[in-house]
Amino acid sequence: MDLQLSEEQQMIVGMVRRFVREEIVPLELNLDPDTDQLPPADRERLIVKTKAMGLYGLDIPPEYGGPEIDLVTRTLLAIEMAQHRAGLYSPCYGVFGGAGLAQLFEATDDQKERYLYPTLRGEKRGFFGLTEPSGGSDPARAIQTRAVADGDDWVINGGKIFISGADKADFGLVFARTASEKGRNGVTCFIVDTDTPGFHVRRIVHTLRSANYATELQFDDMRVPATNILGQVNRGFAIANDRLSRQRIPYAAGCIGVAVKAHELALEYVPQRETFGAPLSSRQAIQWMLVDNEIDIQTSTWLVLDAAHKAQRGDSFRKEAAMAKLVGSEAGGRVVDRCMQMFGGYGVTKDFPFERWYREMRIRRIGEGPSEVQRHIIARDILGASLR
Amino acid sequence: MRTRFDKPLRPLTELDAQGHLGVFELADENGQVLFIGYAGGKSLFGLKGEIQAASKRLSAATHFRYEINTAYWTRYQELLMLHKADHGELPAAVEFTGKLGRLSPG
Repeated sequence: MDLQLSEEQQMIVGMVRRFVREEIVPLELNLDPDTDQLPPADRERLIVKTKAMGLYGLDIPPEYGGPEIDLVTRTLLAIEMAQHRAGLYSPCYGVFGGAGLAQLFEATDDQKERYLYPTLRGEKRGFFGLTEPSGGSDPARAIQTRAVADGDDWVINGGKIFISGADKADFGLVFARTASEKGRNGVTCFIVDTDTPGFHVRRIVHTLRSANYATELQFDDMRVPATNILGQVNRGFAIANDRLSRQRIPYAAGCIGVAVKAHELALEYVPQRETFGAPLSSRQAIQWMLVDNEIDIQTSTWLVLDAAHKAQRGDSFRKEAAMAKLVGSEAGGRVVDRCMQMFGGYGVTKDFPFERWYREMRIRRIGEGPSEVQRHIIARDILGASLR
Repeated sequence: MRTRFDKPLRPLTELDAQGHLGVFELADENGQVLFIGYAGGKSLFGLKGEIQAASKRLSAATHFRYEINTAYWTRYQELLMLHKADHGELPAAVEFTGKLGRLSPG
């Protein structure tokens, strides 16, 4: 893998870096430190700018109107976009747009008309409903939500938990068991409109996270037409699994972005802050923290770019994405923790972003598959069929 | 897990809030909620300061209740959504400019 950025990559990365520093960070000075939303006027103004930059809807494939930017470059941009207070869970407050649920690119033409295109136009929002109270790390076995065929419809009963954005969504992908005895082959993915009778968002699940809170869902005799099945009956797990692998790359990139910003703030601070007559930067204890930060950031950056590179080439990238997610989330947590330590009392105040990053970064070791599951994936890959 | 405020409304003359982060409601004499607010990271005097400031703006407010909560931002949105689910609209004095979700708390 060539780690030297091309001229074009350098230009795009530089453009986004300036945007974050000149447009996003100054706005945050006046916002509540826990917010995940920009004032509407600022949001609209910045969307106009990202469109003018040609960078709106970065993850939308070019054939659907998105910019032609490769996955490695998009990963580099994801690292840049996270470099502000809300950046871990609300990178640039969404002003670069999004592709919505990538699984919809595999939908039928009718489903694309009803869900994909309105999403790409910014008219509809979707959610991804996989995890249940019975577990999220092993969804193939944990899914207890059931769908039963009834004429041309399916009737769904059950519930989901830790689902982001369901309360603001127009539709969602809901995974339900359609053949209990078939394990991972007995799961089907349904596209569910949130105004369907029987669809309920019961509560917000309050966590350490300030932005993009999770919700708990309940389905009571929720009737969904068979035309809303995404893919094939009993083949929904492959849809879920594909998403989980792909999502690990930007997930790791966000962790790295926050680590980069925290490290940068520390590098600015320690030469200025004096203790016992000398700047903190002259203390070996501080220098070693900075060295460890540097190593953590470099290591995780290489891993995430390697995963993106392999995915872009069309190679298998499951192991590499798991390694990137594992190392990125754990290294990011360590970097933020060290920077908080260097800032002392100020580090734990809401005057600085470290306390928010510290809380939110802790979730990253669990979300999108905990570290233990990532290690399991890597072990299965290197040990091969003997572990399956 | 409860979602609604489980504390009774008390007269503003009994205000005992301090400088914590959290959420609060102001109501009139009949218990009608007039305002839902929060004390966040930029609140100079936390819940005490925010409740005092809001009650000055709302002359009809006579009662209050609050909840100390470091997850004030998500709890605040949850209270707004609960109010909207129960009453069909937000209290008139609330100015929430973002996109608010929908709850059906049951």
